[in-house]
Amino acid sequence: MKELVISGNEAIAYGAIRAGCCFFAGYPITPSSEVAEELSLKLPEVGGRFIQMEDEIASLAAVIGASITGKKAMTATSGPGFSLMQEHIGFAAMGEIPCVIVNVQRGGPSTGLPTHPSQGDVMQARWGTHGDHEIIALSPSSSQECYTLIIEAFNLSEEYRTPVIFLTDEVIAHLREKLVLPDSKSINVVTRKKPDVPPENYKPFDTSFGKVPPLADFGSGYKFHITGLTHDETGFPTDDSKKTAVLLKRLQDKIIDNRDKIVRTDNFMLDDAELTIIAYGAVARAAKEAVLAARERGIKLGLFRLITIWPFADKEIAEISKRMKAIIIAEMNMGQLRTTVESAVKGRCNVLTVGRADGEIVTPSNILEKVKEVGIVH
Amino acid sequence: MSKKYEIRLSGSGGQGLILAGKVLAEAAVIYDGKNATQSQSYGPEARGGASRSEVIISDEEIIFPKAQNIDLLVALTQESCNVYSKDLKDDGILLVDSKLVGQVPEGKYRVYKVPIIDIALKETGKTLTANIVALGLVTELSGIVTRKAVESAILSRVPKGTEEINRKAFLAGIKKAEEITKNSIK
Amino acid sequence: MYTEIAKSYLRKEKFPSVWCPGCGHGLILASILRAIHKKGWKKEETVMVSGIGCAGRIPGYVDFCTLHTTHGRALAFATGIKFARPELNVIAVMGDGDAAAIGGNHLIHAARRNINITAIVFNNFIYGMTGGQKSPTTPRGFFSSTSPYGNAEPPFDLCNMVKGAGAVFVARGTEYHLPALDTIIYKALSKNGFSFVDVIVMCPTSFGRKNKLSSDATQNMEWIKSISIPKKKAEGLSQEELQGKIVIGIFADSLRSEFVEYYEREILKEGKCPKNTKSD
Repeated sequence: MKELVISGNEAIAYGAIRAGCCFFAGYPITPSSEVAEELSLKLPEVGGRFIQMEDEIASLAAVIGASITGKKAMTATSGPGFSLMQEHIGFAAMGEIPCVIVNVQRGGPSTGLPTHPSQGDVMQARWGTHGDHEIIALSPSSSQECYTLIIEAFNLSEEYRTPVIFLTDEVIAHLREKLVLPDSKSINVVTRKKPDVPPENYKPFDTSFGKVPPLADFGSGYKFHITGLTHDETGFPTDDSKKTAVLLKRLQDKIIDNRDKIVRTDNFMLDDAELTIIAYGAVARAAKEAVLAARERGIKLGLFRLITIWPFADKEIAEISKRMKAIIIAEMNMGQLRTTVESAVKGRCNVLTVGRADGEIVTPSNILEKVKEVGIVH
Repeated sequence: MSKKYEIRLSGSGGQGLILAGKVLAEAAVIYDGKNATQSQSYGPEARGGASRSEVIISDEEIIFPKAQNIDLLVALTQESCNVYSKDLKDDGILLVDSKLVGQVPEGKYRVYKVPIIDIALKETGKTLTANIVALGLVTELSGIVTRKAVESAILSRVPKGTEEINRKAFLAGIKKAEEITKNSIK
Repeated sequence: MYTEIAKSYLRKEKFPSVWCPGCGHGLILASILRAIHKKGWKKEETVMVSGIGCAGRIPGYVDFCTLHTTHGRALAFATGIKFARPELNVIAVMGDGDAAAIGGNHLIHAARRNINITAIVFNNFIYGMTGGQKSPTTPRGFFSSTSPYGNAEPPFDLCNMVKGAGAVFVARGTEYHLPALDTIIYKALSKNGFSFVDVIVMCPTSFGRKNKLSSDATQNMEWIKSISIPKKKAEGLSQEELQGKIVIGIFADSLRSEFVEYYEREILKEGKCPKNTKSD
C-alpha cells in the first residue's frame, strides 16, 4: 500500500489514469489547472494523449471526439469554463458519448472569485444545458475520495453512455492530504459495452439491447452516424414526434431507472439523530466536525452526506425526514439545493439552509449557530 | 489535550513557505505515520504580498481541514504577522524573524524572535534556505513531528545537489530552537 | 463514371437531400468523394465531421464514420478524433458561418497546430439553413435577409487567414471549375498536415434571389464564372482590378512537422493506452 500526500486535483489525475483515461483536452483555469498539469505529465507515460485546446468549448468537443474512437476521455475546468462547456455536455448527453467533466467550483457568478471555493454550480450541473436530459454529478470530500470517485465517474459514464460531472470545490482541489493508493484488486474498472453484431446490422441507438445500447468505436470497422439532432435508433435525424418522445424518455429512464445503483450517500451519527445536516464536498467535513461538537453538548445531530448530487438522493432524504425535527442544508452557495430537498421532505420537518457565497468555506461554527437557532424554534 | 496541532507558516510570496508546508505534511504522514493536511493561499499573493501555508497534524482523522486555532505561527514579514496572527491560540507559539518583524501583536502567546534569514545566510550562504531553517525551529518548538521525519521529507523534496546545504539549514534551525528553549526554561 | 464513383459512397436511402434545387453542395460533395476514391481510403477508416447548416448535413449522406456536431465546432471534434486515433482519415466539412464566424478560432488553431485534417468550406456567402442571413464572407454591398440595405461589412478572405495561421495546404476552387476542384481536393487529402480548401458555391435560393442572380442555378454558375480569376492571372493585377473578383488556385503548399506525429515522436513514452486492455 503506497501512501502519498497529494492535493485533490492531483488525486483526480491519478485516479483518472487508474480508471483507464487515455485522453485529456482542456483549457487552463483556476482552480482546476493542476488536473491538466498533472495529466500533461502523466498521460504520455501511459500512452495517453494530452492536448490544450483554444477554449473550453473546443476542449469538450475534442474529448467527445476521442471518446467516439473508444478512448476514455476527460476534461477539467471551473465555473466560467463550465458555462462554455454546456453546449457539448448537451451534445454528449444527446449523442450518448461517455466523458467525464471535472468542475472545480470557485466563486461566481461570472469570473467571480478565481481562488476561492464555492458550490455555486450544483444547479448548473443539473440544468445548465438546454433541453431535457438526466445527468450524473458526483462530489468528493477528500483526496482519497477524489481518487476513488473519479474512477466511479468514468465507470458510470461508460456504463450509462452519458457525460458525468465531477463537481468538486477549491478547498478539496487544493488541500493536500493522505492518499492511500488502493491495491488493484479493490478497484473495479468498467468499460463501455461494444456491439456483438456485424457492422451491417449495427445501430448505435438500438434499444433492443436495453436502455443503454452498445457503442462501437469509430475506426473499428463500424460505420455509423451521430448527430446532436433528435434521431432514431439508427442515429439519423428525425423530427417524428413519436420517435422524439421515445428518445427523450429513454435518455431520462436510463439514469432514473438505475438511480439506486448510481446514488451514493454517507451517514454519520444519523441513527439516533433528531436533527440532520445535509452537506457535500468540503462542507461535509465542516458538518462532521459540527456533529462531533454538538454531540459533546448533548445535541443529537447527524450528517447525511451526498456523494452523488444528481440524480438526487430524494428517497433517502424523504426517509430521514420522517424522524427529524429539522434538516439543515450546509453548502457554499445561497441555498441552491433547498427546494430540491424540500420537495423530498414534503413538509415532514423544517428545512433550513446555512449557506455562504462569500468565497469562504462554511465552518463548523456557522453550522453550530444554525443548530442553536433550530433549538430555539423547537 | 488537543488532538490536533495547527501550524501556519506565513511571510511573503517567494520565501518558500508553501514548500515548507508540504514538507511538514509529508514528514507527518509518510515518515511519522500521522495524519496531516496542508493548504495554502492561492493567486497573486502566492507570488508576493502576504502569503501563508497551513498544516494540521493529528494522530486521528483530520475532519475540518482549515486552521481555526493556531498552535504555532511563523511570520517572516511584518505584514504577514499583522494579518495572520489573529487565529493564534492564547497559549500558542509565535515565531518571528527578529530582523523583519519589529512589532509583535499583543497576546498571551509565547513569542520567539529569531534572526531566521540571517541564520540561513550565515550557515548556508543563501537567504533562500530560510524556509528550511524555519522548519528546524518548527520541528523543535512544536514537538509534533520527529527530526528524522522532517529531515527525510526535506531530502526527498529539495532539488538534487542541494541536499547538503538544506540539511545544514535544517540543523541550524534545530540548534537555535534548542538554545532558545533552554533559555526560556531558565 | 464521373457520378457513379461518387454514388458508391452515398447512403442512398437518405435521399432526397435537404438541399434546395440548384444548390451546389452536391457537386462539391461528389468532388470530395472522387478524391477519396482516388486516395483509396476505406469507408470504415474515413471520418467526416461537420458543424451546423446546409454543409452540416453532408455527413448524413455519406457512408463513412460520420459525426454531425454543433455550430462551428467540427474542427474541435475532428481534432479529438484524429489525435486519439491517428490512423483514421479525417475530413471536416463546414459552411462559411461555421468556419468564418462561430468557429473561426477553431479554424485558426487547427491550422496553427498543423494536425493532419482536411477542412473544406462550402462558402456560399450566406446562412442558407436559417433563411439567408449575411455571413462573414458576404461581400460588401450584397443583400441578405439581415442586410436589406446592402452589407456594411467587408468580408474575410479565408485563404489568407488560414495561410497566415500556418496551414501547409491552402487552396480555393468553385463549383463551376469542377475538374480543377477534383485536383485541389485530392492534393488537400494527400497533404500530411492541416489542409484547407475554400470552395465557392452558390445558394440560388437565398443569395441568388436576393442579389439579382435569380434562383436559376445556371445564372448563378455563370456569375461565379464571370468573377473567378486564376491565381497566376491575378498576380499581375492591381488591387483595384481585383475588386469584386474571386481568385482561385493553390495559395500554400509547404512542409511543416505534423502535430500528432510530433507528439508521438517527442512526447509519448508508451505505445498503447490503456496498457493492459485491447484498444477495440
